[in-house]
Amino acid sequence: MKLVIAIIKPFKLDEVREALSGLGVQGMTVTEVKGFGRQKGQTEIYRGAEYSTNMVPKIKVEVATTDDLAGRVVEAIQQSANTGAIGDGKIFVLDVAQAVRIRTGETDDVAL
Amino acid sequence: MKLHHKLATGLGALAVTALTAMPAWAQEAAEAAAPTPDKGDTAWMMVSTVLVLAMILPGLALFYGGLVRTKNMLSVMTQIGAAAALAMVVWVVWGYTMAFGPDASDGLKPYISSFGKLFLAGINADSTAATFTDGVVIPEYVFVCFQMTFAAITVALVLGSVVERIKFSAVMVFALIWLTIVYFPVAHMVWAAGGLFFEMGALDFAGGTVVHINAGVSALVACIILGKRIGYMKEVMAPHSMTLTFVGTGLLWVGWFGFNAGSALEANGSAGLAMINTFVATAAAGLSWLIVEKLFGHKPSALGFCSGIIAGLVAVTPAAGNSGPFGAIVLGAVASLICYIAVAKIKPMLGYDDSLDAFGIHGVGGIVGAIGTGIVYAPSLGGPGGADFSIGAQLVTQVLAVAATIVWAAAGTAIAIFIAKLVTGLRVSPEAEVEGLDIAEHGERAYNL
Repeated sequence: MKLVIAIIKPFKLDEVREALSGLGVQGMTVTEVKGFGRQKGQTEIYRGAEYSTNMVPKIKVEVATTDDLAGRVVEAIQQSANTGAIGDGKIFVLDVAQAVRIRTGETDDVAL
Repeated sequence: MKLHHKLATGLGALAVTALTAMPAWAQEAAEAAAPTPDKGDTAWMMVSTVLVLAMILPGLALFYGGLVRTKNMLSVMTQIGAAAALAMVVWVVWGYTMAFGPDASDGLKPYISSFGKLFLAGINADSTAATFTDGVVIPEYVFVCFQMTFAAITVALVLGSVVERIKFSAVMVFALIWLTIVYFPVAHMVWAAGGLFFEMGALDFAGGTVVHINAGVSALVACIILGKRIGYMKEVMAPHSMTLTFVGTGLLWVGWFGFNAGSALEANGSAGLAMINTFVATAAAGLSWLIVEKLFGHKPSALGFCSGIIAGLVAVTPAAGNSGPFGAIVLGAVASLICYIAVAKIKPMLGYDDSLDAFGIHGVGGIVGAIGTGIVYAPSLGGPGGADFSIGAQLVTQVLAVAATIVWAAAGTAIAIFIAKLVTGLRVSPEAEVEGLDIAEHGERAYNL
C-alpha cells in the first residue's frame, strides 16, 4: 500500500478530486495548509502598511491506495493539478505498513 | 453654530432666551408662555440619540476591534464600552453643567459654564432646551442625552491611537480627566452661547472641531507619549477581521445620520440637508479613497473603502447642514485624498504609532472638514449662507477655531496622560503586550475555536 501526499493549488482541488474518482479512488483526506517553496509569498497592504507573507496557502490531499493503483494516482494528480506555473505543488509517495477499517476491523487492501 | 444653552424650565417662571443660529444672536425675547415641545421633533431627537449610541456600541467597537490583532480584540471593545459608559455617568454629574449649564462669570464664560446644574439640578420632565428656531423647544432630558452620546463617542475615538498596549486602568483614568479638562470646555466653546468659538461665528454643524479634531489631535499626542507598540513596522500587524471592520463601518454610517441630521435639533429641512450630505459626501469619499489607491499603484481595498467612508463622514460633520449636496461631494472626495496621504505616506515617514489612524482620519479629516465648511457654506457654491457671506472672512474664523482646538486638545491630553501614567503606569508590561491584552488585562479571549 502507498500513501500519496499532494500539495496543490487550492483552486485545483475539484479537478484533482474528479480525476481520482475517475480512477475508482474511494476516499481522500483534504487539509488547508500553508508553506513555501519556490513561489514567493504575497504582499498585503493595509492603509499603506505593507506586509509580505512568506507562507502561501495550499491544499494538502492525502490518498491511501493499493500498490498497483499508486502510479496512476500520482499521474492523475500531476495532470489535473498542473497549471504550468510556479507554485503548482509537489507529490510525495510513502509506503504504508498497515490499514484498518474501524467499523469492521478489515485490514490492508480491503480496508482502503 | 449648533445650539445655545439657554434653557427654560418649562414652568413659565423663567424667560426663554430666543436666539438665531448666527452670530447676531444676542437678542433676548421674553415670552409670556413657555413653548411646548413638538412631538415630531422630540421623537426624532430620541431616535437620533440612540443612533449615536449605536455608532459607539457596536459600531466603533467593531470598526476598531476588527483592525487590531486577534489577541487584543476584547480589550479594544471593553475599552471603548467602558470609556463611553464612564462618559455617560460623568456627563450627568458634572459634564452637562460644565458645557451647557448656567452662565459663568464673564471671564470664564467663553470657556466653561457654571456648576449650577451639577447632578442635573433643576431639570425635570417639563424642562425644555431651545433649538435653532425661535419658540421651538425639545425636552431638556432628550437634549442632555443627545449631547451625552457625543461626549461618549469622542472619548472612545481617542483610544484608536493607543490600543494594543495601554492599560485598561490607564484608559479609565485618562477618560475621566480628558473629558473634564478637554471635552466639556471645548463643547462649551463651540456650541454654547457665550462660548469662544460660538461668539467668533465658527461654523460647526455637528462637531467637526469638538468631536473629530479634538479626538484626533488628542489621539496623536496620547500615542506619542505612550510610545510605539512592540514590533511596530517590523512585525505583521494586519487587521484580524476586515469583516467586522466592514460591519462596524456600516453601523457608523447609519448611526451618523443621528449624529449629523440630529444636530439640527429638529425634524426639519436643515436635518434633511444634513441627511443628504451625510449620504453623498460619504459615498464620494468611499469612492475617492479607492481611486486614490489605484492612482498610487495599489489594489482598491476593503479597508480603503471603509477608511474613505469614515473620512467622508468626519469631513461632512461640520458641513452637514452648512453645505449644499455638491459642495459636500467635493468635500468628501478631497478629505479621502488628504487622509490617504496622511495615513499611508506621512505617518510612516514620521514613524509615530497612531495604531488605528485616529489622528490620520479623524484629526486630519476633521481639519479638512472644518476649513472646507468655510468654503462650501457660500451660496455661490450651493451652500446655505446668506448673500453677504464672505469665504475669506469665514475661513479666517474657521482656521482660528481649528488652531485653538488643536492647542487646547494637545495641552489637555498631555496633562491627562501624565496623570494616568502617575496613577496607573500607563502601559502594560512587554510580556502582557506580546501575550495580548485580552488575556493579560481581561482574562478572556475573543475567539475560542
